[in-house]
Amino acid sequence: MAGLSLAGVTKSFGDYDAVKDVSIDVKDGEFLAVLGPSGCGKTTLLRLVAGFEKPTGGEIRIGGETVSSAAASLAPERRRVGIVFQNYALWPHMTVAENVGYPLKVAKVDRAAAKKRVEDALALVNLTGLGDRRPANLSGGQRQRVALARCLVAAPSLVLFDEPLANLDVHLRAAMEDEFAAFHKRTGTTIVYITHDQAEAMALADRIAVMDKGRLAQLATPRDLYREPANEMVASFIAAGIVLPATVLSAEADGRCRVEVLGQEALVRCRPGEKPRGKANICVRGSEIEAVEAGRPGIDGTVRRAVYKGGSARLEFMPSTAPDRVLHFDQPDPGPFAEGVAARLAIRSGWLIPVASAS
Amino acid sequence: MTGIARQSRGQERALTAGVVFAIVVLSILPMLRLVRELVLPGGTFSTAAIDAGLASSATWVATGHTIVVGLGGTLLAVVLGTVVALVVTLTDMRGRSPFILFYVMPLMIAPQVTALAWLQLFGPASPVLKLLGIAPPLGTRNPLYSTEGIILLLGVQYGPLVFLLVRAGLRKLPRELIEAARAGGARPFTVLRTVVLPLMTPSIMAAAALAFVSCVGNFGIPAFLGIPANYLVLPTLIYQRLAGGGPAVLGETAFLSVLIGIIAMAGIVTQEMMSRRRDYRISSTSLPAEPYELGRWRLPVQALLWLAVVLLLFLPLFGLLLTSLVPGYGIPLTAATATLDNYRFVLFEHEAAGRAFFNSFWLSIAAAVFAVVVAIPIGYLIAWGGQRWVRLVNLCVELPYALPGVVLAIASLLLFLKPIPFTGIQLYNTVWIILYAYLARFLVLALRPTVSGYHQIDRALEEAAQVAGAGLFRRMRTIVFPLVAPAAMAGGLLIFMTALSELTVSALLWSSGSETIGVVMFSFEQGGDSSYAAAMSAITVAATFVLMLGANLFSSYLPNGVLPWRD
Repeated sequence: MAGLSLAGVTKSFGDYDAVKDVSIDVKDGEFLAVLGPSGCGKTTLLRLVAGFEKPTGGEIRIGGETVSSAAASLAPERRRVGIVFQNYALWPHMTVAENVGYPLKVAKVDRAAAKKRVEDALALVNLTGLGDRRPANLSGGQRQRVALARCLVAAPSLVLFDEPLANLDVHLRAAMEDEFAAFHKRTGTTIVYITHDQAEAMALADRIAVMDKGRLAQLATPRDLYREPANEMVASFIAAGIVLPATVLSAEADGRCRVEVLGQEALVRCRPGEKPRGKANICVRGSEIEAVEAGRPGIDGTVRRAVYKGGSARLEFMPSTAPDRVLHFDQPDPGPFAEGVAARLAIRSGWLIPVASAS
Repeated sequence: MTGIARQSRGQERALTAGVVFAIVVLSILPMLRLVRELVLPGGTFSTAAIDAGLASSATWVATGHTIVVGLGGTLLAVVLGTVVALVVTLTDMRGRSPFILFYVMPLMIAPQVTALAWLQLFGPASPVLKLLGIAPPLGTRNPLYSTEGIILLLGVQYGPLVFLLVRAGLRKLPRELIEAARAGGARPFTVLRTVVLPLMTPSIMAAAALAFVSCVGNFGIPAFLGIPANYLVLPTLIYQRLAGGGPAVLGETAFLSVLIGIIAMAGIVTQEMMSRRRDYRISSTSLPAEPYELGRWRLPVQALLWLAVVLLLFLPLFGLLLTSLVPGYGIPLTAATATLDNYRFVLFEHEAAGRAFFNSFWLSIAAAVFAVVVAIPIGYLIAWGGQRWVRLVNLCVELPYALPGVVLAIASLLLFLKPIPFTGIQLYNTVWIILYAYLARFLVLALRPTVSGYHQIDRALEEAAQVAGAGLFRRMRTIVFPLVAPAAMAGGLLIFMTALSELTVSALLWSSGSETIGVVMFSFEQGGDSSYAAAMSAITVAATFVLMLGANLFSSYLPNGVLPWRD
């Protein structure tokens, strides 16, 4: 068991920086999710940690030992990390037991001990008795468990998951999600979990690293990520938050400050020490928006579209003062909004996005 | 960390070094030696060999012939191969698999066997014509001893090559492109003219270039059809010079072989330039197109295709078979005269023929096994290595096969005429020089399916072993080899079949005691013993066919497209 630390890690392919100046400290036993849209560099990050790619700059340490730097890189086979691959990567020419026992065979563990450990690993993933099967004869969920067992058997210091649920259907996903969580609880292994699925990351991780265009956009707990996004990208990426331009009117007091947004004043949450400034942005969630009666302060506009989504409705609201800034948000159904009607909205709360580079 | 890291890098370096060594020895060295002979004979710069070659009228006549039969054969092969590929791929004809098996078979049969079979079909002694009672009188010239004859057989031999490449291209054509044209109201022939053929231009061009190189470098067909008519192309001119003059004329033949190489390369360069003139890239991938329904034309079209197979394959092979049963030249074949004596003679009585079977068998097996063993690490570097120079590696391995076989044969002669420095080992005039040339020439036949095998394997399978702690050599042994071996072995099988009755290289490199099947067949035919040559041919054709069918049984373990005759 060991922590993982990345310090200023950069990986360039020619002119293109796939990963740029990323620093993350993963504590011993922590479950870290790396989340981002496709092409954000999260898979490259995993391959850097595993040792399949060599960093162009920066340093990677596992359990305090430097395994990668621009000067030297420890071969993947010497890192004692486990990987659960997206497509499982089970060897078709070996049985389940041979697949799981491979790391032990490589490590020259004696046969009886290896057999015992393979059985234990299979029991841990509820596959007892399937050791003689071929991977081709297993279901998707079973293959996933074999991959998990193979990575467990060598007791790696660090386990990397590369979008392990991407190839499973929705029902199986929920079940496997629970298994991963139980697995983490039972073994206490440090886990780095790559995914593009926010719900998955939120449900599993202690902390989430959001990646954007190769950079680390924010590293925070799921709750902080949702409530206090560090920048516009995270704000709009996580749960499709609404980002609106605003002017800060008052300095922070009690964790809040007054802002002017779309011609209205609102009280939003903010970081300590915020001072009045122009050209700020706030992040607002659908639940923080509500309809108000005419006469009360609010933002006038038209509901351009209302899409029923089962229990809630997705609205497109066009403010009359800024018709090009259409607001998309969810409201519980039945709400006061119908397609085509004029409405007045009030922003009850929100989050003042801090000045850039203060993450 | 550094000590451990060094050990794992060490294995990588050892693998790379081994691959580079194999490629230098098998590909770069012979080519450099050939060029050196041309411009630096005996170590000093001289253009004497080039000047002498350019001044000789025989050079120019043979060059002219080479270009004529090269272009003619290519044109015929492209027309035949493309039409068949279009019909087979885009329509709902029935019996596709057996048709492809038989249509592709001429490609698996050595060119000199094709030549011999067709000669038996049309000559005055033709048992088929005699059976039909329409044989011309003895002494009549065989109509195939002509330019047209050579072009016809080159077209028949390499039509399947064009077919395979165009068919592969058609299968990658996304069906939406065709469906969009049909939805736009285009009738089948309009779709063909406006969508399919334009998009197939790169495939057809690439196929034409390959067919051209094969036609220009072909030795068996012009040797059997041209030499009797004194119609020489460059490969046969080289053969005659070398047979008459021995090592003394090596410099001159080196010039001629480079000339063939230049003509072949000109074909490839032309193709590159033509393909670059327009953008033919297909951006999407999708399922292959739904076949067109032939409707009431289905039966006639199928009949036509099978008629082509009968004319191009069955009839000539039938002629070959009948000839192999004839007791002597010109004797009519009847139930009473038919005999298996020719087979008995070549298998058990004729010493050189017996040796030839033995030599060819072990040469082919050795070449195949070696190529499989070497192709797996080379393929690993090409497919998964990721280094920039791997494209160069690929090119180096392709070169000895892309260039006509005569070029490599002359290069091998030059390389091993003198004993190998420092060791004193003499390869010249032994069977080992043929083995060397086979290894160099055929390696790419194993490499191509191996590389495509690698591309169909998920790299994560190897990476999973790597994170499990396995070093490179262990991964090669326990993970990579079992996964890629079927593809590599399919390549080995192709090598075995090609090398078994190979003639081009061994005709120039053989010596007494190291005859191959092709060489003995050729000398029987030149000596007028067509029946013996036919018997040997029949044996190799039968062996080839059995191997093709046998390999089909294992095709479910192979990546798609490594067995050319299997659909």
